[in-house]
Formats: sequence, C-alpha cells, structure tokens
Amino acid sequence: MGSGGFAVTAALAVTDLSHSFGDRLALDKVGFTVQPGDFTVLLGLNGAGKSTLFALATHLYHNRSGAIEVFGFDIRRQPSQALRRMGVVFQQPTLDLDLSVEQNLSYHCALHGMARSLAKRRIEAELDRLQLIDRRRDKVRQLSGGLRRRVELARALLHEPSLLLLDEPTVGLDIASRGFLLEHVRALCSERQLAVLWATHLIDEADAESKVIVLHKGKVRAEGPAADVIAAAQADSLSAAFRNLTGEAP
Amino acid sequence: MSPAAYARCCAGILARESLRFVHQRGRFISALVRPLVWLVLFASGFRFVLGVSIIPPYETYVPYQVYIAPGLLAMIQLFNGMQSSLSMVYDREMGNMRTLLISPLPRWFLLTCKLLAGALISIPLAYAFLAVAWFWDVDPPAWGYLAVLPALLLSGLMLGALGLALSSLIRQLENFAGVMNFVIFPMFFASSALYPLWRVKEGGLALWYVCQANPFTHAVELIRFALYLKLDCVSLAVVAGSTLLFLALAILGYDPGRGMLARKGGGE
Repeated sequence: MGSGGFAVTAALAVTDLSHSFGDRLALDKVGFTVQPGDFTVLLGLNGAGKSTLFALATHLYHNRSGAIEVFGFDIRRQPSQALRRMGVVFQQPTLDLDLSVEQNLSYHCALHGMARSLAKRRIEAELDRLQLIDRRRDKVRQLSGGLRRRVELARALLHEPSLLLLDEPTVGLDIASRGFLLEHVRALCSERQLAVLWATHLIDEADAESKVIVLHKGKVRAEGPAADVIAAAQADSLSAAFRNLTGEAP
Repeated sequence: MSPAAYARCCAGILARESLRFVHQRGRFISALVRPLVWLVLFASGFRFVLGVSIIPPYETYVPYQVYIAPGLLAMIQLFNGMQSSLSMVYDREMGNMRTLLISPLPRWFLLTCKLLAGALISIPLAYAFLAVAWFWDVDPPAWGYLAVLPALLLSGLMLGALGLALSSLIRQLENFAGVMNFVIFPMFFASSALYPLWRVKEGGLALWYVCQANPFTHAVELIRFALYLKLDCVSLAVVAGSTLLFLALAILGYDPGRGMLARKGGGE
C-alpha cells in the first residue's frame, strides 16, 4: 500500500504460485512483488525454478495454482492486457539469424499490432539508444553474442512495456557486454520507472540498491532489499547470505 | 486491439514467413525437384505398367504423367505443411515460437496466421511445378490454372493445419523422421495420388476404405477436378471439414491450459 491509503498496483504480483510437471514440484507456493522502478534480481541456481516461473509469467502455459498479475491483470484471465504491458528477453536466443536486425524488430512490432510509421520511429529510437543504429541492416548472424542480446533488449522495449522480464540475459556474454546490458537496464528503471525482474545465477549482478529474491528448489528463501537479505541471513555479503539460505555456493 | 492491429499482425507474420522462405533457397529447390523426379522418372517407368481408364474429371484417355500431376501438386503441399510443422518444432526449440506466443493477440489468431502463411508459400511452388510439367504434356485447360488456385489454398491449409497439430505433439526435432514414416508416406501412398481408386478396390476392399477415409485423397481429387474446371463436392466438404478439425486440434495443442506444453514444460 502506498502512502495516504492509495493502493499502488504492483507491476508484477506473484501469489502462492505452485506448479509441477508430473510428480516433480517445480514451484512451491512462490510469492513476491515487483514495483514500478524496482530493479529486482531473481537469484537462483540452475533448476531453481526460474525458467518455469518465466514460462508461467509469459503465458506459455497455465499455472496449476496461485496467481500472477501484471499491473492487476491476471495472466490467465486477461493475457492480452498483461502481455501488452510486458517486455521479455528469453534465456535462449530468439532472433531470426537470416533476417536483418530491422526485419526482426519490425516483426515484433507487427505482433503487437503497431502501425508501420510508429514501428519505424520506435525501432530507430531503441536502436539509437542501444548504439546499434549503424547495424540495422546487418543480418543477425553477423552480430556478436553481446550485440544480439542488445537487439533482443531493443525488441523487448519496442512496445514500451512497463514491466521487463529478463531470464539469464547475460549468459555467455563477455564482461563488457554484461556491464553494458546491466547499466542500460538499470538506467531504464530510474528513467522510465520501468519494473524489472532480472533472473540470474550470477550473484554479482545484484548491487546494494537491488531488491533480491532468492529462489531455491522451487521456494522463495528470502525477499527484500539486498542489505536486508544479507542482515536477515546473518552474513556479511550476498554470496554468504545465499550460501546460508540454500546450503549451496552461488 | 483494433481490427487494424489484427491485420498488421497477420501481415507481419506473412511477411516474416515469406522472408524466411526466400532465404531458404535449398528448401525451394528441393520442394520443386522432388515432384519433378516423380513426374519424370516414376511416371515414365510406370506408364507402361499402369493403365488408366477414362475416369472423371478426364474425358479421354490420359497419359500416366497427366494422371499423377495433381497428386504431385498435393505432395508439394504435404511436404510443405510438414516442413512448416518442422519449423514450428525448430522454432520452439530456438525460442522463436516464444516470440510469437508473447504477442498480446489471441493465440488462435496467431496460429491461424502462421498456418495461412505456410499455405500461401506452397502456392508459387505449385505453379512452378505446373510450369515445368507443361513440358511433359501436362497441359490442363488454361482456366484450370486459375480454378486450381482456391483448391491449392484450401488443401494447403488442411495439410498445414495437420502439421501444426502434429507439431504441438512432437517433442524433439529429430522426430521429423518419424513424421516422414508415419504421416507423409502412408498418407501419400494410401491415396489416389499415384493410382485411381478403382484399381485399389480391385486389389483389396480394406485398402480402398483406408484410401477413401484419407483426407489426402480428397485434397488430391479437389485439385484434380479444379484443374479440369470441375468441382468435386464431397472432396471439398472433406477437405474443409478436415481443415477445421486439424486447426482445432492445433489450437488445443498450443492452449496454455491443456496442451502438451503445460504437461511437460515445453520451451525450457
């Protein structure tokens, strides 16, 4: 709740979310919120349930129990309203390698029903901001891994979402590309009041101001500002806190 | 979302599928060479073995290559439909499918557009085949080339919808070999593509029933009749009905609540 009794609608509200594949419980009563302007790091090792959470949040399939709401719109009941407000960078590469950067981005604009003139303007603006404007006509195949990720980030922002989900966006990138991506997304949080959920297993991607959610074996072990999580786990650093909470090294 | 947004989305999907097709030159060539090999080699060899009597829509005795040409047109579409299904599986594994499915437009609409794109792509291929086949004496009436267009579109949609439905069931890329063995070959051979069904009936009644029940037979007959400016109403009904059925199965298969994705956790 915000001050003065006004309810602030969370950008992403996950409540009591459980999901299983056969007998395997992938998510167990997971709950957290991401507020506008928050840079939230979802920390978890491989197999923690991050990808399942992303699949459910992006409406790839339905959750068995619990709810996921995007700005108050339930992803199961109002998927169109929820998806319209959401930009996604998936863990696996999702660009068409044989098409140019521009063609890939135009396709995304079309999927959101955007008019051509508006699409053109947005594509130019995002490419410019991500320093890709001179590569617009290159085939994606000719781009390095880091640049491809930037294109995917540009694509996720074209329809001006208010919530950005990124699933392990820095996997396989060099230090410079990682730094660029992190810095850019953090800037978006403060400039556009964008809500960001950044899933990773790399603990150093969470800084002191980040909000942290520790997900382990399908359960949320801790949630809150990094400093609070460290204090609650009686540790002196986030990696030590992670170790204390999960019994495993990050 | 406004109707214009739907139109733009569909146009975008069609444009992307066409661009992809243009970039896959190998796919175009193999899709064309396959039926031509059948026309040139198979038909030359078998014209002396298989006699074809006068059966509708033909009004005279026809050479064997003329008989199998409509079947080969349908074959182009069968392979194209299954290849689109392969691309769906490939897409899903590469994550491209996820891009499509996070569009705010309804999923049935996205899948239908994807299907339409696949069917439209098969049409220039079919006409390229007809152009080459003309040199092998496959010369239907001039208006037949126009009349066959809606038949090609509908049969392309049916076979694409079948591919789409199958793609929601296939888990792994390499299983396309299974699709070849269990879908393409049985559908093609147990149909009227290569031999008239009265000959099949002479061979065995059970097989004749199988051929009659095979929607591919009706796609072939729809194309054959249209090419000779006639309409086979039964085939039209079967092809239209099968298209709707397969599309419904595909939409169910990709439904976030019911489909295979939900049960097994696809896309991870």
